[in-house]
Amino acid sequence: MKFVDEFRDGQLAEGIAGAIRKTVEVNRRYHFMEFCGGHTHAIARYGIPDLLPDNVRMIHGPGCPVCVLPIGRIDLAIRLALEHGVILCSYGDTLRVPASNGLSLLRAKALVDKARGDIRMIYSPNDALKIARENPSRQVVFFAIGFETTTPPTAVALLTAEREGLQNFSVLCCHVLTPAAITHILDSPEVRDLGLVALDGFIGPAHVSTVIGSQPYEFFAEEYRKPVVIAGFEPLDVMQAILMLIRQVNTGNYRVENEFTRAVTREGNRKAQALVAECFELRKQFEWRGLGEVPYSALKIRERLAAFDAETRFNLTYQPVPDHKSCECGAILRGVKHPTDCKLFGMVCTPDSPMGSCMVSSEGCCAAHYTYGRHKDHPQGHATS
Amino acid sequence: MKSDYSRPLDLKHGRVDLSHGGGGRAMQQLIRELFARHLGNELLAQSNDGTVLPSQQGRLVMSTDSHVVAPLFFPGGDIGALSVHGTVNDVAVMGATPLWLSAGFILEEGFPLADLDRIVRSMAEAARHAGVQIVTGDTKVVEQGKGDGVFITTTGIGVLPDGIDLSGANARPGDAVLISGSIGDHGMAIMSQRENLAFDAPIVSDSAPLNSLTAALLASQIELRLMRDPTRGGLAATLNEIATQAGVGITLFESAIPIKPAVEAACELLGLDPLNIANEGKLIVVCAADSAPSALEVLRAHPLGREAAIIGTITADPNRFVQMQTRFGGRRMVDWLSGEQLPRIC
Repeated sequence: MKFVDEFRDGQLAEGIAGAIRKTVEVNRRYHFMEFCGGHTHAIARYGIPDLLPDNVRMIHGPGCPVCVLPIGRIDLAIRLALEHGVILCSYGDTLRVPASNGLSLLRAKALVDKARGDIRMIYSPNDALKIARENPSRQVVFFAIGFETTTPPTAVALLTAEREGLQNFSVLCCHVLTPAAITHILDSPEVRDLGLVALDGFIGPAHVSTVIGSQPYEFFAEEYRKPVVIAGFEPLDVMQAILMLIRQVNTGNYRVENEFTRAVTREGNRKAQALVAECFELRKQFEWRGLGEVPYSALKIRERLAAFDAETRFNLTYQPVPDHKSCECGAILRGVKHPTDCKLFGMVCTPDSPMGSCMVSSEGCCAAHYTYGRHKDHPQGHATS
Repeated sequence: MKSDYSRPLDLKHGRVDLSHGGGGRAMQQLIRELFARHLGNELLAQSNDGTVLPSQQGRLVMSTDSHVVAPLFFPGGDIGALSVHGTVNDVAVMGATPLWLSAGFILEEGFPLADLDRIVRSMAEAARHAGVQIVTGDTKVVEQGKGDGVFITTTGIGVLPDGIDLSGANARPGDAVLISGSIGDHGMAIMSQRENLAFDAPIVSDSAPLNSLTAALLASQIELRLMRDPTRGGLAATLNEIATQAGVGITLFESAIPIKPAVEAACELLGLDPLNIANEGKLIVVCAADSAPSALEVLRAHPLGREAAIIGTITADPNRFVQMQTRFGGRRMVDWLSGEQLPRIC
């Protein structure tokens, strides 16, 4: 496949792996967090750890939009379909996230009285707008989740609805912000005081950075003295970024580098940023699964567009719900624990019956490890014929 | 005496109504003018509650498959041909010669007779091509909104000569794994229709009867362990089934797996793994390693196996893991698909 195979080339990978082996200092250990689920997925799917020396370790970060969605938010979406009788439109990944009372959007879909409400999977907010136009007598709500990448399309949907005067369309806004989450991790006691998580640098997001640019990460290099390398989602991007991070650590010269120059600039996508600024404002607090309440880490719909805000329209009140007490998703999302440190992993919690959110999306690190990497947990897993 | 006049079925503008499943004259007419007209053969013509089949030498293999694909017509096929191929292939991969099929139709009130005619014609053509007869059938009609056009269930019977045993449990460490051609064509043909993905050359379903291909393999001197057709859940699901059944591991070589560029691109766009995508005309062969080159030769000599490849090897692994050596140089698990990625694919 043109323009993709080039970034998955095994020979080039071996070349970078050789450079990494030559560059690492043998007495040093390197701990890098890949923030994004997209990177977590690529690392597991292409078997990148097999190409890294033993003293380079990747820590999975909280950048999986489905994983950080707290139970209470999914409950709100389910209530909209079951109690308020709306057609709830959701991205596919979100459907299987476990919510309260043994429900998920997928299970609720089987329960819902189709004459009143419904839950439908969509690929784009445009699909939700289309459903609203086709069903003028029904209320249609778009369950908007994700980081800065999925926010501009939601903004366009809101502005389209306003322009068309689409009275039956609204958005349940759960958009969250990447820099706030990184700050939260760097300020956490595990990283700052207790030293439980060694963090020597970040692989910065690919798609998020196409929107916000590389500039917002400069703060982390300057204030926290952590190198950041923004990388694309292809496996060679990840390998190259790891090499760049190792070089920065070795020289002690911390800055933001951009490996993903084919898509990311320092300023980002100004037009998308303007659309987001027009439609959204910061929430003072927002609950993240795993990270808890994080100040100024999420967006809400501006007063001007309140008519399209599902929380206002249906008078929803948020009810926080604790995770299952044995579920380690929180610690895993903060990089404190590895999926296999969780008692539930691979036992009662599998991709087919997830207990925690990290086991749901293919970007979740538990799902990625279970699907692509669990042979490494078994000594016989490295089988030969 | 004049024979009773009945207005012929309007195959141009007519629609299925509830009387077509009512057991009365309307149903008889539908059977006569549509089903029997296209599918007719001397066994079906017995017209009794059951069909008496001639006795055969050898054991019998029976398999059944229901078809609910949406859309009903797609590039490379339709629900009619698919319902024949699906069952013929399930019988054929057992090493049997498929002979007869039954066909059960669930029709939705209001379904255009022209579409039904096109589907049944396509079934007849597929059956002729595969060398099987449809020998008994059933028609039911459900109210509008209670079905989705047409659902078809076919059951097939084939004859298995003595001495052939192709159970999934036969795979042994060291055996070779082959595939008869590119993966994911059927699933992505359906998906690209549903998602309106347009490509310069549309993705075409691989829906095809595999019985002549399986017959060619059986006629050769290859030390065959088993054959499978990787339908729903794709290559990944079928290989995991084999690993579980035989208590072995499997290692795949990603760079050896044939895949069409358009299929790979569509999977990339939709975030799907081609290993999980359904096929309807592909054969997985597991054979002794020594036989692999001749198996490859037999496959490639057949029109349905031109792109055949040796894609992996059976390993000793008590965990029964299917793993893949990635093109990138790493190693990863190839797991079952979790949940339902592509509903109503066949």
